[in-house]
Amino acid sequence: MTVGKQLWLIILIKLFILFFVLRLFFFPNFLKSKFDNDHDRADYVREELLQRK
Amino acid sequence: MLESIDLRAIDWSRAQFALTAIYHWLFVPLTLGLSFIVAIMESIYVKTGKPEWKQITKFWMTLFGINFAIGVATGIILEFQFGTNWSNYSWFVGDIFGAPLAIEGIMAFFLESTFIAVMFFGWDKVSKGFHLASSWLTAIGANLSALWILVANAWMQHPTGMKFNPDTIRNEMVNFWEVLFSPVAINKFLHTVSSGYVLASLFVVGISSWYLLKKRNERMAKRSMLIASVFGLITAVFLAATGDGSAYQVAQKQPMKLAAMEGLYQGQNNAGLVAFGILAPDKKAGDGKDPFLVHIDFPSLLSYLSYRNPDAFVPGIEDLIRGGYKPEFDHINPLEKGQAFSVDEKISRGKMALESLKRYKEAKVNGDTTGIRSSLEMLQQNFPYFGYAYLNTSQDSVPNVPLTFYSFHLMVYLGFYFILLFIVILIFLATNKLEGKRWLLRVTLWTIPLAYLASQAGWIVAEMGRQPWVIQDLMPTMAAASKINPNAVVITFWLFAAIFTILLIAEVMIMVRQIKIGPKDGGTR
Repeated sequence: MTVGKQLWLIILIKLFILFFVLRLFFFPNFLKSKFDNDHDRADYVREELLQRK
Repeated sequence: MLESIDLRAIDWSRAQFALTAIYHWLFVPLTLGLSFIVAIMESIYVKTGKPEWKQITKFWMTLFGINFAIGVATGIILEFQFGTNWSNYSWFVGDIFGAPLAIEGIMAFFLESTFIAVMFFGWDKVSKGFHLASSWLTAIGANLSALWILVANAWMQHPTGMKFNPDTIRNEMVNFWEVLFSPVAINKFLHTVSSGYVLASLFVVGISSWYLLKKRNERMAKRSMLIASVFGLITAVFLAATGDGSAYQVAQKQPMKLAAMEGLYQGQNNAGLVAFGILAPDKKAGDGKDPFLVHIDFPSLLSYLSYRNPDAFVPGIEDLIRGGYKPEFDHINPLEKGQAFSVDEKISRGKMALESLKRYKEAKVNGDTTGIRSSLEMLQQNFPYFGYAYLNTSQDSVPNVPLTFYSFHLMVYLGFYFILLFIVILIFLATNKLEGKRWLLRVTLWTIPLAYLASQAGWIVAEMGRQPWVIQDLMPTMAAASKINPNAVVITFWLFAAIFTILLIAEVMIMVRQIKIGPKDGGTR
């Protein structure tokens, strides 16, 4: 296999792992997954900041 | 009632971010620097028309391509982590962090990606001039990508150009240019990219030394060394100058970091710069012990470099905790004009800001216009100390001094060593005695890992030295983290460790094999 083909293979495998495995299954957006709108997200972060010790 | 956060989640999130950033930064600086070196080599080819320069360009372009292909998108993982592990932070920074990253994605990355395709696949398909332009635009695109990331990072070190909105709990950008042209951002960008240029130059010089040691491709090696040494020397001197500029900014905006960089506990006029020092391992702020087991200083140099005045007072860690000294830079915070606050005073003001945020919300709910106005006024007045509300004691404002101190000094020593090395190589190249100096060739080869070490040490100074802050004075790391299951972070930490290690091994293996193969024509000796 030429170096070019090897690199393309690495890029494709890496992008698959990053976007289709890690992003989907391990890295949900915390606030977006918990709340439907920005108002609720802001309320949550406000409470977090007020009570975080 | 919200449950309290598991501290393990914060620690593992920090470890994960550090691991990802360190690995990512193994790939980036070589891309930043080698892209320009390749563009310079190709310019010589286009100018002279000599095929050997085309071979030289193509050889280094292949190594650049390997590094680019394996490193590309590794930084995207950091963005995943912002949304998952650091959601309070991501929300709080609002569009200030998002805007530069979006510009980076849209403008710089596409510029880089488009022209890199021409650079690699367009040799016989486009004109020489267009190909050369593509090589330069790839280099410029890569460096523009870095610009936007570093602007975002600089804002965390020195938040500016924004206003906090207590309704949305976000910092909203009010002056884009102030964010972009913040002196911290400018210095950080120049210092960081020039560190990449030096690293790439040392990479080229080191690999070329290997060819000379093996007595292979000697003509290509010496020509590459000449280009890289000249480029390296110029950029290494520039790196020292921008390092000075960065430290000058740190003195103004992050004096605690500066004190940690120098192990300075008690402030002084005519403060000396530590040339060499070993810190007392059990030293704590305020214990009265000598911070050093042994140290040698350059007299008054720290005062001069920090404030451009050899007589200036440089506050130490204990002064910064105690307050009461007269800051050299009055404009940083008008409230502290003439007399710096103690950390306890800042904690008190931070708590007032937090309480005002609470009262503002209550007043809004009750439709109490007087309460809204008074709480907003109190919040705005104390917002510069917002993050101090989360510190339990004044000692919490002190970063890890030994790590910051030794990383800083290691980076500086290596930076000056690199300048010296480039000078020595250029002298031996000019006198045509380089092949005989096998010790120098070995030293040069083994300097490649030192370049990476210096580069990582610089980031450790920047990021560990600013602890406990994720956003200077406004948000400490502990308030920035999401309330997530620490076990999930542990799993992804090890996943990343495995993925990045595999990528690194792949890079080294493919790179070494390609170097052993050498230029396509077997060398132009």
